[in-house]
Amino acid sequence: MLDLPPDYWPIIALSLKVSAVAVGAMLPIAFALAWILARWQFPGRMLLDALVYLPLVVPPVVTGWLLLLLFGANGPVGRWLGEWFGITLLFRWTGAALAAGIMALPLMVRAIRLSIESVDRRLEGAARTLGAGPLRVFLTISLPLSLPGVLAGVILGFARSIGEFGATITFVSDIPGETRTLPIAIYAALQAPGAEAVVTRLAIASILLSLTALLLSEVLARRMGAGVRSYRA
Amino acid sequence: MSLPQTTVPARPDPSPPSTTSTFRIDIWRSLGDRRIACRVDAGPGVTALSGPSGVGKTTILNMVAGLLRPDGGHIHVQDVPLFDGALGIDVPPEHRHLGYIFQDARLFPHLRVRGNLLYGIRHLPDAAEALEEMARFLGIASLLDRWPSTLSMGEAQRVAIGRALLTRPSCLLMDEPLASIDRARRADILQLVERLRDEVGVPILYVTHDLSEAERLSAHIVQMDFE
Repeated sequence: MLDLPPDYWPIIALSLKVSAVAVGAMLPIAFALAWILARWQFPGRMLLDALVYLPLVVPPVVTGWLLLLLFGANGPVGRWLGEWFGITLLFRWTGAALAAGIMALPLMVRAIRLSIESVDRRLEGAARTLGAGPLRVFLTISLPLSLPGVLAGVILGFARSIGEFGATITFVSDIPGETRTLPIAIYAALQAPGAEAVVTRLAIASILLSLTALLLSEVLARRMGAGVRSYRA
Repeated sequence: MSLPQTTVPARPDPSPPSTTSTFRIDIWRSLGDRRIACRVDAGPGVTALSGPSGVGKTTILNMVAGLLRPDGGHIHVQDVPLFDGALGIDVPPEHRHLGYIFQDARLFPHLRVRGNLLYGIRHLPDAAEALEEMARFLGIASLLDRWPSTLSMGEAQRVAIGRALLTRPSCLLMDEPLASIDRARRADILQLVERLRDEVGVPILYVTHDLSEAERLSAHIVQMDFE
């Protein structure tokens, strides 16, 4: 079924690399945002909330265009990155990872936030009375108890990144070997006549990837849920 | 240290600090339109805090433990000032060295019984021996590898007591430790509290709505009532 020509494996590898970097780099940011939105009360909280969820509702092309404005060679962030660190994101796979990460952020924040909100804060109080300071309480109680949500966020974010198309093609275009991820390769193949076989194979590959991610999340969620229940009545 | 009388209506002057007090507490806090206040001056042994449900007994314990900030007043345990609104003293809960036994045991669900017991003493070199000894004392040695979700409420409460005692607290705060336990098992925990009082000798501030329980355990009963 998956007898892809050898030059198609790099596309899958690139997709996996872009998504892994996107999720990995975005995870600390997503957790911090989720924590702030779940626990802090401050003016402007609703605005931050809306900003985080924006990529979910704005057309991806618009998100890509905003990334272009910000991170392009003449954009405020892009210029700063280039001048100080010699980093260019435009037309690079790292730019594809940034686009995928931004698109995955709302899903990750949402899953992690729900999990943080479900942590019984009285357990944190109990830990304090046992001599644990705020940092230790976070590392030993709050973080492990919100892990199921972190995991769900990672898997959802990964699946979203694998499928990312609109913001990516707008921001980093379609450069074979650099930014041509699975969805972009499928789109590119569709432009050429007589590529049905290639499109079918790539489509099956992307479905399999997403399915694997979902099954993995289900298995992990069950395993983690096993130990965490309330007392027997 | 004396507090402005305007904020403490219908209250005599705070008594001069006695040198042998285990608990010297005089605190208040507004909760919505209600005012919760309590005054305790008691020696060693068990001091019972009794009163009807909803009068704010748990709120008082939370304030003593440092989980809730009083609006004013002072808390001294073993003559150590833990809170003093007038002097700006507010020791964080992790530095109060009090053992808090919650009504619902409040074990950490992601740690086995062993992990729960070790939580407050991991840094101590003799943690393993202390754990063994405590498990024998409480009769929970067979539960060490179990998850909290598999324990009965009575077992969970024993583990919670062990977890608090292992941190070598200067006193115990117990919030209706019998309330969630079925009748048949209550006598066991009650006996355990008596052993803590007599054999371990740890002072206990014991919250209960049951006056007979308070009378059986305590040298000193503080009756709380709606103001």
